[in-house]
Amino acid sequence: MAIPISYNVRNVLQRPVSTLTTAVGVGLTVAIFIGALALAGGFQAALIESGSKDNALALRKGADSEISSAITRAQAEILRASSDVATGPDGKPLVSADLVVVTNKPRLGQPGSSNVTVRGIDAGSLAMRPQVRITAGRMFRPGSDEVIVGERISRRFANCAIGDRIRFQQREFTVVGHFGAQGSSFESEIWGDNAVLMPALQRDDVFQSVTFRMRDPAAFDALKRRIESDPRLGLQLRSEREFYASQSQLLSNVIRFMGVFITIIMAVGAIFGAMNTMYAAVSARTREIAMLLVLGFSPAAVMLSFMVESVILSLLGGLIGCLIALPINGIVTSTTNFSSFSEVAFAFRVTAQTLAAGLVFAGVMGVAGGFLPALRAARQPLAKSLREA
Amino acid sequence: MNFLKLVLVNLARNKRRTLLTTLSVMVALFLFCALGGVLDTLAESIRFGSETRLVSRNAISLIFPLPLAYRERIAAVPGVTGVSIQNWFGGQDPKDPHNFFGQFGVDAATFFPIYRNDMDIVAASPPQARVTTPPGVDQRLATFMAERTACVVGEKLLRRMGWKLGQSFTLAGTIYPGDWPFTIRAVYRSKIRSFNDETMFFHWDYLSEKGMGGRGFVGIYVLKLADPTHAAQIAKRVDAMFENSSAATRTESERAFQAGFVSMYGNLPFVIRVIGLAVAFAILLVAANTMVMAIRERTNEYGVMKTLGFDDGAVFRMVLLEAAIITLLGGAVGAIGAKLAIEKSGFNAGGILPPMSVHWSTVGVGVGVALLVGAVSGLIPAWQASRLRIVDALRRVN
Repeated sequence: MAIPISYNVRNVLQRPVSTLTTAVGVGLTVAIFIGALALAGGFQAALIESGSKDNALALRKGADSEISSAITRAQAEILRASSDVATGPDGKPLVSADLVVVTNKPRLGQPGSSNVTVRGIDAGSLAMRPQVRITAGRMFRPGSDEVIVGERISRRFANCAIGDRIRFQQREFTVVGHFGAQGSSFESEIWGDNAVLMPALQRDDVFQSVTFRMRDPAAFDALKRRIESDPRLGLQLRSEREFYASQSQLLSNVIRFMGVFITIIMAVGAIFGAMNTMYAAVSARTREIAMLLVLGFSPAAVMLSFMVESVILSLLGGLIGCLIALPINGIVTSTTNFSSFSEVAFAFRVTAQTLAAGLVFAGVMGVAGGFLPALRAARQPLAKSLREA
Repeated sequence: MNFLKLVLVNLARNKRRTLLTTLSVMVALFLFCALGGVLDTLAESIRFGSETRLVSRNAISLIFPLPLAYRERIAAVPGVTGVSIQNWFGGQDPKDPHNFFGQFGVDAATFFPIYRNDMDIVAASPPQARVTTPPGVDQRLATFMAERTACVVGEKLLRRMGWKLGQSFTLAGTIYPGDWPFTIRAVYRSKIRSFNDETMFFHWDYLSEKGMGGRGFVGIYVLKLADPTHAAQIAKRVDAMFENSSAATRTESERAFQAGFVSMYGNLPFVIRVIGLAVAFAILLVAANTMVMAIRERTNEYGVMKTLGFDDGAVFRMVLLEAAIITLLGGAVGAIGAKLAIEKSGFNAGGILPPMSVHWSTVGVGVGVALLVGAVSGLIPAWQASRLRIVDALRRVN
């Protein structure tokens, strides 16, 4: 027969100071764990949200990012004319040949400078990227030396306010608007008309990527085979969503790895603390436990009971950790994504899954910290324990 | 009875608890100092790179090249004694594309003399015939100099990739498409920590001919100066020269150039500090819990001791000392252990950081934190113990 859980709950509540210090120790570990997952998850989400499942993105074969790719105007025109490209309500193909370059800009509020992606788009292609909305000012006029700046970097870099002027080589561009893109990495970019930016940046007729809305997204695999085997093109075709997801992989893996590495070390310390508390709980109740054994509870039931108590203690810590970690949800931070060699601003993303992962992590700590003390409780020499004063 | 001995006996009474707490403090301080080491390493890498060399890049950003024609014009600037070329290649091992390492196309005849004090050639393929190298270039590089597809790789990279001297391998180009065969003709070892041991250098001419159709775009120019104190003026002069041309330059010291990469990490140092603080606080809780438990068990004894004439101050000091010994011992082992283990292993976070170092000052801060944790965790229990009234203490039964 099992010992009722209410016994453990009461015991945990009976020593509030010790319970609280142990639980908060576990909680801090869990909070860092959740924080690392939220950081990696937020970064990943920012990039994944940039891509749409309905869009396909073409890069030169062998290129692993937009900046290492090159697509000639002739190749772009072949894609533009393809019957696989969906058309908008005005009958024009939904396609954008993007010029993607990186500019180095001084930061605001932090020393140093960092790289910002500048994207020259087909001016009429916003219909293909419905997540993009002008949030302040207005859209750039096609053919003009105007640019719009993503919301998330508008306050992080110099010369990005509306009305400011940005210089590329010999030409100055005016910032006329800010745009949002549902938190995606597009919000960390500067957009302008590719027809104007290309000569300004001396990119003679070379684009970096061509993105288009597929007429039939379900037939992507066949389309990919067709385009990749076209000898005129020498291109690779990827789902836009899959492409952006791949751009996040390197850094989010690094963050996760470091986060897990740090929290595992921290967890070892917290587990030792939990063991201390549980050993103290066991030794304070030596007679009580002996009594339980005498009453006929099996050693296994006693062991289980103390394991449960340890898990309750650490789950309490897990809850505290979740509470500490929750407020970081939505905080915007930024770092360089080395896949695109430019800065991406993104928000920490605490989801139900990260919280659940934190609780599971706490539970594991409880099991690890409770095992030895529980074993000791179950293996008490009965006579000696009962005799103890 | 000796005061210290009494404290030590108390510590030894519940050996398991003392051990667990000490280990816990140790692990936490190891982590604390490891995190501090990341900050140390970042701070250090800002000072990496020479201040006596200048780097010119395209003013827009590094991904834009500069014309080859600038070389002669920069070389003609008074005070510049050498100009070398470096291009980022960005190739991938086709078998393992995620196994990242840096590759640069360099103008060997000027590159190796400029970096003579930063690296040594430790192994090289023997020359086929009698070949001489340009002045300032190690004689052992003769075979490398004569072969178009030859490359020089860092000792650590050689080991990491399982390569051998004389071996050929192929990289898949990302920026410069196609398959690129290379042959390892020499191995270098860096003489200073800031010079990466996991890089590959090859002939810029090969890159230009095969990858750019001979158009000769240059990633960066590295300038050697006759007198480093004139660096600022020379940088200004170079930039002024190209200000109104097709590709404006930005010239800065090699140190500032490298610091630019560190600044790309953004808020990383802040995040690390927050984690460090959480670690310290978590460990404070573990230590405090231990002390509270220890003092609670001994309430009776403190009553007896006070009856025997120990005054409140002595009891207070005893408890505090007990806490300090645990945290100081654990903290010192953890902090020094972090320095030794991390520096010896040459850990570089998968190439993201230079080989990590943990400064003694960080170890000192770690030990200080441990002491502080000991003092704070012992404070309340010590105060409680010292304030105990004898009657209450003796009356209390566990």
